[in-house]
Amino acid sequence: MSAVGDEKIRISDLHAFYGESHILHGIDMTVMQGELVTLLGRNGAGRSTTLRSIMNMVGRRTGSININGRETIDMSAHKIAHLGLGFCPEERGIFSSLNVEENLMLPPAVRSDGMSVEEIYELFPNLYERRMSQGTRLSGGEQQMLALARILRSGANILLLDEITEGLAPVIVKKLGEVLVMLKERGLTILLVEQNFRFAAPIADRHYVMEHGHIVEEVHANELEAKAEMLNTYLGV
Amino acid sequence: MATFLGINLFGLFGQLLVGLINGSFYALLSLGLAIIFGLLKIINFAQGAMYMLGAFFAWMALNYMGINYWAALIIVPLAVGCIGVLMERYLLRPIANEDHLYSLLLTFGLALILQGAFTHMFGSSGMSYAIPDELKGGNRLPFMYLPNYRAWIIISSLVVCVATWYMIEKTKLGAYLRAGTENPQLMQAFGINVPLIVTLTFGFGVGLAGFAGVMAAPVYSVSPDMGSNMLIVVFAIVVIGGMGSIGGAILTGLGMGIVEGLTKYFYPEASTTVIFAVMVIVLLTKPAGLFGKEA
Repeated sequence: MSAVGDEKIRISDLHAFYGESHILHGIDMTVMQGELVTLLGRNGAGRSTTLRSIMNMVGRRTGSININGRETIDMSAHKIAHLGLGFCPEERGIFSSLNVEENLMLPPAVRSDGMSVEEIYELFPNLYERRMSQGTRLSGGEQQMLALARILRSGANILLLDEITEGLAPVIVKKLGEVLVMLKERGLTILLVEQNFRFAAPIADRHYVMEHGHIVEEVHANELEAKAEMLNTYLGV
Repeated sequence: MATFLGINLFGLFGQLLVGLINGSFYALLSLGLAIIFGLLKIINFAQGAMYMLGAFFAWMALNYMGINYWAALIIVPLAVGCIGVLMERYLLRPIANEDHLYSLLLTFGLALILQGAFTHMFGSSGMSYAIPDELKGGNRLPFMYLPNYRAWIIISSLVVCVATWYMIEKTKLGAYLRAGTENPQLMQAFGINVPLIVTLTFGFGVGLAGFAGVMAAPVYSVSPDMGSNMLIVVFAIVVIGGMGSIGGAILTGLGMGIVEGLTKYFYPEASTTVIFAVMVIVLLTKPAGLFGKEA
């Protein structure tokens, strides 16, 4: 396979704005087919904004965002998901006026080979048990699983996941880690915003470190030890 | 004459029936308002004008084009709905990001323009629209006389209200609507064309008012101010029921019609104010309305 054909996301010189605030200052990054890439950095570094910019959920964006070889910078927000993107927002975005199953079935299929409802319930048995509950009555961990499950059902093969382990119990974080590894084995491409470096380090192929709306470092999995000190400085862990 | 504990049953049931008829219209109109408010956060002051348009369109269709009541019942709500679609797309969307006060004023102004235009064209005395032949006559029940057309109003508005409720609460399309009400931005990110849903929802909510207008044409006089008279009461009902509750809008609409009917029988002097009295009491005790969620 050619390297170019394998590029799922290519971002060049991306600037993003909320109203008058200039949040991203010229981001360049690529994510390859089947890769799990994380965006590391402190709160406010622009990691979530990067994901939201890809989904066209920011006020204004300039530069170039190529997804599966298609330029999306001028594309309307509702068309972007249909390129095979699934977005899991930081606040999880579970709808309180919908029950669990309605939440699960909500996103339209963006590709044809999404996980079936049976597969999803097998992967997350809790969701099956609580499928008739109001979406927001679930525990934080269950809500996170639901937020992940619904984009898997849609068939998205490029996942943008924002802080999926935040505030969750270790046993659930472990489960989510296993799910991500499983998805990676299936060939899905994952761009992960993560605060929990210990969660991200063992499963990710590459890391981008962000600060003040810039990408300041790119670290490959095999360079983690060598660059540990630098990471400590940026992340303050 | 049938009486019970000194109550004239004929009179009582007669007023109850009138109350149910009014309640049916209240329910249809407040349902449309609730749907529009839920998704667009717009208080549509033109809802009464759309109801008036529905009645006039039915009248014009019959008198100018020979389109009968039954055809009008389908065509007119669609036509009014199309006007709603154009209104959302070309008048409301450009100000969608402004303060909601702008859309409120815009719809209010539009209502005044429509009412004025129809007064100019048809005068303010009102026109009559004959009850369709199939629904003339009535049945003598043990305690009251029930005209067929009135029974038809109650049944068909109930069917439309329940079908709308079912569509919103139980179907996939309704799930889009509910989710779009909560978090439109995330819906877009899932690949759902929210602006299109918003436009169609507005058209549907306004179409409901058009439907109510056609239903009303044979029982009320078709006049330019029929909408504005109705709308004030309907707003009170929406406040009582609580903004944003679909089932609440329907139940409150019917319930307030009955309350009004009962008051007409027991204390006629208060019948035009009773709904506002209820509104005051509800606002004092449950500010979010009977079915509304506390903010």
